[in-house]
Amino acid sequence: MSTYEYVPEQPLIKGKHNFSSITALVGDLVEKPAPAGWYIAFGIAVTLLAVLLGSIGYLVWEGTGIWGLNNPVGWGWAIVNFVWWVGIGHAGTLISAILFLFRQDWRTAINRFAEAMTIFAVICALVFPGIHVGRIWVAYWMFPLPNQMGMWPNFNSPLLWDVFAVGTYFTVSLLFWFVGLVPDFATLRDRVKSKVGRIVYGIFALGWRGGNRQWQNYEKAYMILAGLATPLVLSVHTIVSFDFAVSIVPGWHTTIFPPYFVAGAVFSGFAMVLTLMIIARKIYGLSDIMSDDHIEKMNIVLMTTGSMVGFAYIMEFFIAWYGAVEYERFAFINRAFGPYAWAYWTMMACNVFSPQFFWSKKLRRSVGFTFFISIVVNIGMWFERFVITVTSLANDYLPSAWDYYTPTLFDASTYIGTFGLFFTFFLLFLRFFPMVAIAEVKMIMPQADPHYYDKHDHAEVNEKQTV
Amino acid sequence: MANKLFGILAEYEHPGALLKAAEKVRDAGYQKFDTYSPFPVHGMDDAMGLKNSKLGWIVLVHGLLGLTGALTMITFMAHFDYPVNISGKPFLNWPAFVPVTFELTVLLSSFGAVFGMFFLNGLPKHHHPLFNSSNFLRTTDDKFFICIESEDTLFTEDKATQLLKDAGAVTIEKIYDND
Repeated sequence: MSTYEYVPEQPLIKGKHNFSSITALVGDLVEKPAPAGWYIAFGIAVTLLAVLLGSIGYLVWEGTGIWGLNNPVGWGWAIVNFVWWVGIGHAGTLISAILFLFRQDWRTAINRFAEAMTIFAVICALVFPGIHVGRIWVAYWMFPLPNQMGMWPNFNSPLLWDVFAVGTYFTVSLLFWFVGLVPDFATLRDRVKSKVGRIVYGIFALGWRGGNRQWQNYEKAYMILAGLATPLVLSVHTIVSFDFAVSIVPGWHTTIFPPYFVAGAVFSGFAMVLTLMIIARKIYGLSDIMSDDHIEKMNIVLMTTGSMVGFAYIMEFFIAWYGAVEYERFAFINRAFGPYAWAYWTMMACNVFSPQFFWSKKLRRSVGFTFFISIVVNIGMWFERFVITVTSLANDYLPSAWDYYTPTLFDASTYIGTFGLFFTFFLLFLRFFPMVAIAEVKMIMPQADPHYYDKHDHAEVNEKQTV
Repeated sequence: MANKLFGILAEYEHPGALLKAAEKVRDAGYQKFDTYSPFPVHGMDDAMGLKNSKLGWIVLVHGLLGLTGALTMITFMAHFDYPVNISGKPFLNWPAFVPVTFELTVLLSSFGAVFGMFFLNGLPKHHHPLFNSSNFLRTTDDKFFICIESEDTLFTEDKATQLLKDAGAVTIEKIYDND
């Protein structure tokens, strides 16, 4: 007869912590002077932001001709970058909403962080549909607003659905983030020493008191928002994939696109959360809250979604053969062995091969290796969108209409510039916002359970901080 | 202006003591009291005898508004005001209207959830008598309080103080409307 050993879950918060040490750990970061690295990073970010604004300015002046778009390839880096940034955002919602519904308490360490990443990533994504229209002064035609033609947007078009999906996604993510921030702004309001800080945090805390009559409605709102954000996040990347799948371009017109895009989005987003988290926890000394256990759990998500993406790549190939449509078959052979084979194999290596290392427990607990893979994955996911967009357009039906796509300097400067936009926001967030959800982390500590005290002596309360 | 008593504020050591004290205050028959903690305490709604939050109904109404509003808008624009023949598709192309309708339903429901929550919580609020207590400010850090408000019909200063003390309060403080 075999015997089973009960393996208790590791404590979520490492080290000896009580409620006030958690408040101090996170809350004091906004008052301490920023580390020197912060100023260097902020300088670089603002410089890149200037590059972005310059590139957009020139684009508005000169038109989309400054990009590498050519006759068959009318969709270049703009849509690649748009899909890539939106996808990155999805991990934040997955962590804040879906893991909340699944009662994964470890999410509280990283959800604030990941939600901030979502919001800034979606802002970066929204830059591209905003500027790619060429005549930016009529960009409001995307919305159902009265215009000089008396016409309305085309509700049959996936591109219009996209406007609503990403717009709703941004608004709901921002509201969800703000709701989570209110109690923590109240903590900072009651804690910071500077008068300006008290007033500013006080305004954003809205007069929160922490009464249970408030918490009751608050928790209800949080749960409802999580319930709304879950189908929303799935719908957003589904609709993004419709931009491709509803057309009849070979390599795009496939029903696997919605789930495949969603899995890819979560995959790249988790990689981005890991990249940011590994840097931030090191600089700000938050390893007690964002521990190696978190990295391991996230690596498991990375491996799972990476394998789903890999399955989708192979299934696409199989269906192209099984479907027996000549153009579809050609599109896939052409991806793997045609003029863009270098991009295809980069994608395969980064997305399908690299996450498989995480079958090893040692590797998925290794911080340095995780950091490396997290960057590799995001390079791979960028190439996935590049492969999908460009290979299908460059070589579609008539060989006489084919052309090779080469990006220009302005494609690159616009893309690199969005990193400036992202990191400017993100560094400001790290500087002035509570970067960990203080109230939620306290809630998952063993001391937060009222029954914790039934079995523990009062004398023990202050000594024994974690079970 | 006369300085009116707002209520009696009692501090408790930890969430377990707070929960037990809340049960005592509830059993004594008080209605206008609240417990304050840095995070929501599990089981506190029952301990205080609170009814379910009404927020769900607010969200439902907003969600239905989003649903019907979106369908009305799209039908008006695509069918009545300026129908456009796009690849011979029907003007009332219901399947194509699903995504936008869904998104607007979610959007309006979220507005209901967030702004409804702030409305039910009476936020934003410029000031509250409890903020006159400097000790109370640590409720957002690591302290736990109960306040019985003077507006309660059962309220007398002595009885409320005694009840909170018997329930194991660490400190007791009178809170006035003005500082």
